[in-house]
Amino acid sequence: MSPHRRTRRTAALVSAAVTAALLVTGCSSAGTGSDDPNAKITLSVGDFGTFGYKEAGLFDEYTKAHPNITITENSTTQEGDYWTALQTRLSGGGLDDIQALELSRIALATSEQLSGAFTDLSKAQGVEKEAYLPWKWQQATTAQGKTIGLGTDVGPMAICYRQDLFQAAGLPSDPAAVSALWAGDWAKYVEVGRQYQAKAPKGSFFMDTASGLYNGVVSSNAEQYYRKGKMVYQDSAGVLKGWQLAAEAVKAGVTQGLKEFDTPWQTAFSNSTFATTVCPSWQQANIEKYSGPGNAGKWNIAQAPAAGNWGGSFLAVPASGKHVAQAQALVVWLTAPEQQAKVFQKVGNIPANQKAYALPGVTDFTNPYIGPKAPTGQIFSTAAKAITPAETGPHHGDLHGAFSNGVLLMEQNNKSADEAWAATLQQIASTVQ
Amino acid sequence: MATPTRTHRTGPPDPRRTSRRSRLHRWDRTASPYLFVAPFFLVFAAFGLFPLLYTGWLSLHRVSLYNVDQADWVGLQNYWDLLFGPPSHFFWNALRNTITLGVLSTVPQLLAALGLAHLLNYHLPARGFFRTALLAPYATSVAAATLVFALIFSPEGGMANWLLGLVGAGPVRWEAGPWSSQFAVSVIVIWRWTGYNALIYLAAMQAIPRDLYEAAAIDGASRWRQFLHVTIPELRPTILFTVVVSSIGATQLFGEPYLFGGQSGHQGGADHQYETLGILMYDTGFHHSMLGRASAIAWTMFGLLLLVGLANTLIARRLRSAQ
Repeated sequence: MSPHRRTRRTAALVSAAVTAALLVTGCSSAGTGSDDPNAKITLSVGDFGTFGYKEAGLFDEYTKAHPNITITENSTTQEGDYWTALQTRLSGGGLDDIQALELSRIALATSEQLSGAFTDLSKAQGVEKEAYLPWKWQQATTAQGKTIGLGTDVGPMAICYRQDLFQAAGLPSDPAAVSALWAGDWAKYVEVGRQYQAKAPKGSFFMDTASGLYNGVVSSNAEQYYRKGKMVYQDSAGVLKGWQLAAEAVKAGVTQGLKEFDTPWQTAFSNSTFATTVCPSWQQANIEKYSGPGNAGKWNIAQAPAAGNWGGSFLAVPASGKHVAQAQALVVWLTAPEQQAKVFQKVGNIPANQKAYALPGVTDFTNPYIGPKAPTGQIFSTAAKAITPAETGPHHGDLHGAFSNGVLLMEQNNKSADEAWAATLQQIASTVQ
Repeated sequence: MATPTRTHRTGPPDPRRTSRRSRLHRWDRTASPYLFVAPFFLVFAAFGLFPLLYTGWLSLHRVSLYNVDQADWVGLQNYWDLLFGPPSHFFWNALRNTITLGVLSTVPQLLAALGLAHLLNYHLPARGFFRTALLAPYATSVAAATLVFALIFSPEGGMANWLLGLVGAGPVRWEAGPWSSQFAVSVIVIWRWTGYNALIYLAAMQAIPRDLYEAAAIDGASRWRQFLHVTIPELRPTILFTVVVSSIGATQLFGEPYLFGGQSGHQGGADHQYETLGILMYDTGFHHSMLGRASAIAWTMFGLLLLVGLANTLIARRLRSAQ
């Protein structure tokens, strides 16, 4: 082998390594769109969980109407994993043309640090602001009035309850009568819990977890974690009331103290060990799945004490995309009433577009597994329209997570309300800057 | 041995050519080894050294996961915060947990491995089967093993509580308690790694000369005395190796506690009761998006590993000089 060839080989090796390093450190690219409306393009949609577009055949429908467009969906099962990946892509590039955002992330996405990465959808062609639930629209709007995401679905809350266990404890079991038991005040819900617990069938608790109760109280309150742009969790009306009621519920022994969504919580559904759970619309699927066919006909649904929202998502269009205009058009179409109604009928996501409520099959929806005769569609759409918007800020998700965890400290780790409160503030001091 | 002769060239060799060839030859002798190992070092530089240095650079900044381009220089603030600032409570807690979990899982693991290896060294029936069975837990993925153990330690109809019930003890909330949760996590680690270590010991045991045992037996040493005075001293370097590898593994413990915790696994339990340094780093960087501080934790862990390595070397040297 000649020395010449050897150096060439070394050079090739070095360049390969350098290329690899470059590939690792950054592969960001941003381009401007082509102007030709009929050019063949591919739009990628990044989302998580079940958005229901594929299930409802919406992507096929759209590509049939726009033959030059191909749609690919990059779906992640867990929202947490999705968000981690999305954050690294916001830093390093590689975003999809359309990115879904969950409610707990929207406050950060609309903050000054991140809102520049997304385009203003309020100016997109064909978007109809009045059609969306006003509080949902507001959540995705920045202080400067730029709307970075259009609402796909909302999570209005109800209370799902076991009518057989209610009967056994001498409580009414009809949805209207049960709603009346606690109408207007979450404190009454805890009070009903005391009544239930006094005559409860052996081994059963009134609620699954006090953190669900805390969540319900806070999200139905107009004041949560922010006031006039400042964090106010230490004296916020919603936080204090939620915390106090959760502490009361733990003390009264009306909660089973499960960690929501964990395996033991799932098992408890089939073991029939609790009688109620705070029930955002998407929880219906969990109830049916974990309770199983053996418990069919036992669950029913009632109005929550106060209208609150838990979860729901948005579709946003990153500014770095190659086909921003086409992506915006797809987002506007996907969040229009007809499409949201189709998704609702297929996978049960409650529309964020209130015009969809007028379409057949939405408000008059009933769930065959949960209180087949209960007006489920009515309960959720009434709650969705009654929700009062609360001010949020970039740390909304962190703060809410810390306080929900604090409630767990009371019911799982035997901490007093004061100890748990102190531990929660310590956690916030460490992780919220 | 006959040397091959070249027949096609006659006459004395060209002196200029010879000197050039010998230079080439020398160059070949000195440079080739470096070139042969170069690919490893280039790959290491790209995937090992660069991330290491980049993490060090990040640890001196305040930087968010979602906005790495905007890094504010803060000097050693992140390290100072870890040791004395608001997150210090969680840092020391995680360090304590890492140590207790390390001891709880490593000590029984290595003792059990030694015992198992000793048993397997005898002429048992179906020895091959047992040796293969030992390695099965090691071949199981962390996720699968942990999910099964999470079910065993579940408060809702878990097997651990059922067994306790048989002996009349009350149900335990395994995941919620500080010691019970660490015990449960240690059980997973022990289950996965005991077989692996046992096989390493077994291999070393089989290299011990038989005549040592025969001599001991003639001197009247029992099986137990043979184990103590022949097997253990002969195994010393192997034991040291497994201790080093296990303590490095213990310092990096992440998967088992993370998956065991379910919804609050990202912070090692609602009360951080089994949060290790690895989990704290993940939670800080990917759950709370504080990349700068997470990098500082990474470098602190690196420093700790160096300390552990140093301690091991010193102990090994003492042992060797004591021999």
